[in-house]
Parts: sequence; C-alpha cells; structure tokens
Amino acid sequence: MGIIKAAKLIFEYISRDEQDNIDEVSRAIDNLDLDIKEGDFVAILGHNGSGKSTFAKHINAILLPTEGTVWVSGMDTADDSSLLNIRKTVGMVFQNPDNQIIGNIVEEDVAFGPENIGVTTDDIWKRVDESLKAVGMTAYRLKSPNKLSGGQKQRVAIAGIMAMKPKCIVLDEPTAMLDPNGRKEVINTVRQLNEQENITVVLITHYMEEVIKADRVIVMDDGNIVMDGTPTEIFSHVDELKRYRLDVPQVTELAHELKMAGLDLPEGILDIDEFVKYLMPAIKQGIKQ
Amino acid sequence: MIRDITLGQYYPVDSVLHRLDPRVKLFGTMIFLIALFIGDSVPGYILSTAFLLGVILLSKVPFKFMVRGLKTVVLLLLVSVGFNIFLTEGDVVFKIWIFKATRQGIILALFMGLRLIYLMIGSSVMTLTTTPNALTDGLEKGLGFLKVIKVPVHEIAMMMSIALRFIPVLIEETDKIMKAQMARGADFEKGNLIQKAKAMIPLLVPLFISAFRRATDLAMAMEARCYHGGAGRTKMKPLIYKKADYIAYCVLFIYLFAAIALGILF
Repeated sequence: MGIIKAAKLIFEYISRDEQDNIDEVSRAIDNLDLDIKEGDFVAILGHNGSGKSTFAKHINAILLPTEGTVWVSGMDTADDSSLLNIRKTVGMVFQNPDNQIIGNIVEEDVAFGPENIGVTTDDIWKRVDESLKAVGMTAYRLKSPNKLSGGQKQRVAIAGIMAMKPKCIVLDEPTAMLDPNGRKEVINTVRQLNEQENITVVLITHYMEEVIKADRVIVMDDGNIVMDGTPTEIFSHVDELKRYRLDVPQVTELAHELKMAGLDLPEGILDIDEFVKYLMPAIKQGIKQ
Repeated sequence: MIRDITLGQYYPVDSVLHRLDPRVKLFGTMIFLIALFIGDSVPGYILSTAFLLGVILLSKVPFKFMVRGLKTVVLLLLVSVGFNIFLTEGDVVFKIWIFKATRQGIILALFMGLRLIYLMIGSSVMTLTTTPNALTDGLEKGLGFLKVIKVPVHEIAMMMSIALRFIPVLIEETDKIMKAQMARGADFEKGNLIQKAKAMIPLLVPLFISAFRRATDLAMAMEARCYHGGAGRTKMKPLIYKKADYIAYCVLFIYLFAAIALGILF
C-alpha cells in the first residue's frame, strides 16, 4: 500500500433547502480507486467539475468519504483520533494565496504550522530557516505577506507546509490565480522539493505544461479516473484528452497534427528539443519519398 | 486614496520602550490611567507630567507624532472644558449673556482638559512603541489568567491578529469593487449624507460576501495546518521577561505608590 490509497471512494454533495430537506444530491466522486507511491510526483488533471479538488480535500481529511475509505500512511481518514497525524503527514496548499496566509510577517506565517503541532521554540526557528531556504524566500522573511506577489505568497504557503515536515504535499490548483511567471516559480519550487527532499507531491491542475515533468499523470472526469500513466503515455492520446475537454501542450498538438498529415513522428512528444530531434529526420525522410 | 489609511500607528525606531515586553507596556498604561484619576491635585499632576515626559523621551518618538492623535478628540475636549467652566457653581469671574464662568469651574476644566490630553498621549505611547502583533501576544499572555473563568483568551487574540492581517486585504478589495462600480457609473461623491450612505450599500454587499468566502477558505487552510485551538500550542517568539522588564515594573510600582500617597496627602 502506498502513502495514499483510496478504495471505492464515493462523495456526494448534499444541498438542502430551508426546511433542511434534501434538495439535490450531486455525486462528485464516483467509485474511485487509487494508490499513490511514496516519493512520486503525481499530477491530477481534469476540467472543472471533474471531482479533482474534492478528491484532494479527502487526502487531508477536510472532507470525509460518503462511502468507501481513504488511507494516508495506513491511517483511515474517517478515524477522528488520527486526524492530526494525517494532517501532519499530508500538507495542503490551496488555490487562493491570500486566503491561506495567517501571519502578519512571512516568518511568523511559516511558523504557524509547527506552533500548532507543539514543536519547541528552538526547533521552530530551525524549521522556519530551512523551509524559507528551500522555497528561496529567505530574503523576504521579515516582510508583510501583503507586499508579496502572488507567486511569492504561494511559495510562502508552501514553506508553511514544509515547516511541518510532511511526507506528502497536496497542491490544489496552486497556480490558478497566478500570472505565468508566478506559475513557473511555484512549479519549479514544487519539483525541487520532490527531487531534493523526496516529498511525495500530488499536484492538481488544469495547466498541461505543469504536468510534463510528473512521474505519473491521472486524468479525472465525472468523478472517476479515466486515464492513468506517464506523461508520454497520456499525451499520446491527444484525441481522447480532447474528449475530456483538456488541452495538450502546444508542441504535442503540433506533432500530433503533423503526424496526422503524414509525417513520421512518434506520439506523446512533450518538449521542443524532443520535437526538433524527431522532426529533422522525419522531414528528410518525407522529402526522399 | 483609500489605501492611504494606516492602521495601528506603530512608529519604528529602536528604543528602550520599544524593546520592553508588551505586557509591561499594557500594565504601565493601566497604572498611568489609574494614577491620573487618583492623583487629582496639583502635585498629582506634576508627578504624572514628569512620568509622561520621561516616557516620551525614552520612546524616541517625535513629540509631533504623539500630539497628532489629539486632533480626533479636540471637539470632545472643547465641549467638556466648556461645560465645566460654565456649569460649575461658585465665585463668578466673568459673564457671557446668561452663562457664568466660575473660578472653581475654570480650575476643574483645566484639570479635566489636562487629564483627557494625558489619557490620549499615554495610550498612544503604547501603540506607537508596540507592533500590533506584540500587542495581541501581550494581551493573550497578560490576560491568560482569565482562562480560569472560561474567557477564550487565545481565541480572542487569534481573532484580533487575523483581523489585523486582513485589514489591508479588505481595503484593497473595497478599492477594487469601488473602481468596478465607478466604471459602471456609480457615484460615491455626490449628494447629501443619506445619499452617500445609500451609495455605499452596493459596495458593502459584495464586500461582505467576499469576506465570508475568505473566512471559510482561511478556516480550511488553518485546519489543514493542524490548528486546533490554543491547547498544546508552542510559540515561535514566546514572551519572556528580561532584566529591563523587571526594572520597568519596579519603576511603575514606585510611580503608583507615589500617586496613591499624593492622592491621600492632598
């Protein structure tokens, strides 16, 4: 069993009218099975309403399953007594950078998590130093969060999670409200943490460029997993991805169109260098014929 | 324009007073207020003036800054001084129409005005030398004894510090909503007071909705970071008394006893 495991997970949002009668039941997650290995960088893709954010909230026990079970490091998320341990194991970064920073000074915000779990004062300082260094925000430690850019705020939020020394970080569309520069900053930081600190990363997003370097890509639609594989495998199926209302990276799309037009290119090309490498021989070959 | 509002008038310099523990400063302000009310005589005021001057000099905050806060109470000051001068019974000094100014009234008004001014300056010394964060920390720890009678001290302090954190965020948001509505022809400047107040309603509704949304998000983020109330919580910057703080306490007690003594003697 991996660090995160979901079995037959079902979650229903129940909306009630004024008399507290059940008005409508919508099933956000429908019979989902998933196992995530420790140390992996997993990206979960899906368009709006595919249930990906709802699933993310299950990993941190913010939402509890309507049916089925989610285990984090072997702990059942529905078990109240292991709640704090689960949240210590899995940290969560949310979409809106403004609404998750609690402290009035950067370093005090990073210290918020460790303070909650009762780390000693000396150790808090050490952890704050380390986490700010890991996300490259040491120079801003005495600044007010209000003075930072969106990307910087999001890095502070990640540092705040890092300071709790989790085994896994779940990022729920961390770049949705950022500009392209901020997006790059955040994704590079996350990747670095995964490679250097060996932290399991679950990245929820709908930007294709962000998932290229992931170890595993999961595509969700209508509350269930519809595709699961390495980025190359997933992006080999351009037409299928489009059916789930997802875009593919531009290079991948171009390569796909050229292949359809008759050039001899492999499917699932993910970056420009790779594309050029295959394109030159393919053109030469095309001319010969 | 709305961004220019600054809250918490902290004046950042490095002084003995700035470095004092916030609990000492809270306690000191309280003692100063008590002393002002029990030392209601000329020697009492001399003592308070000396104390206040000493504190102002120690704080290294320009005097100009201290007085700035007085502007807001000028009206209150004038009204109370006026009432005291003209409505106190006693020996008439001069007369304007039916209003008689008395000697006793003038003395009373003088004391009254002085006391109000001192009150304002005394409490602004505290806010000028203490960051809002330190102040909430000081309140949390200084009032910790109230937990015994089930006052949620930690929760109140946490609420205060979150409020401080979100004031600039909400001001920025107000600015945005205002601009968006002005772009669609809303007018916040024209008309009398009632019309102006009415124009604020379409501003307040979206602001409240977004504030509630932020609150939900923040609560979730806090829970995700293992927040579970004040129990078992440690501090990155715990408040620990240093030598200067003990000396300050001694000075404060001497001042309090002197004020009590003067209050009894005169």
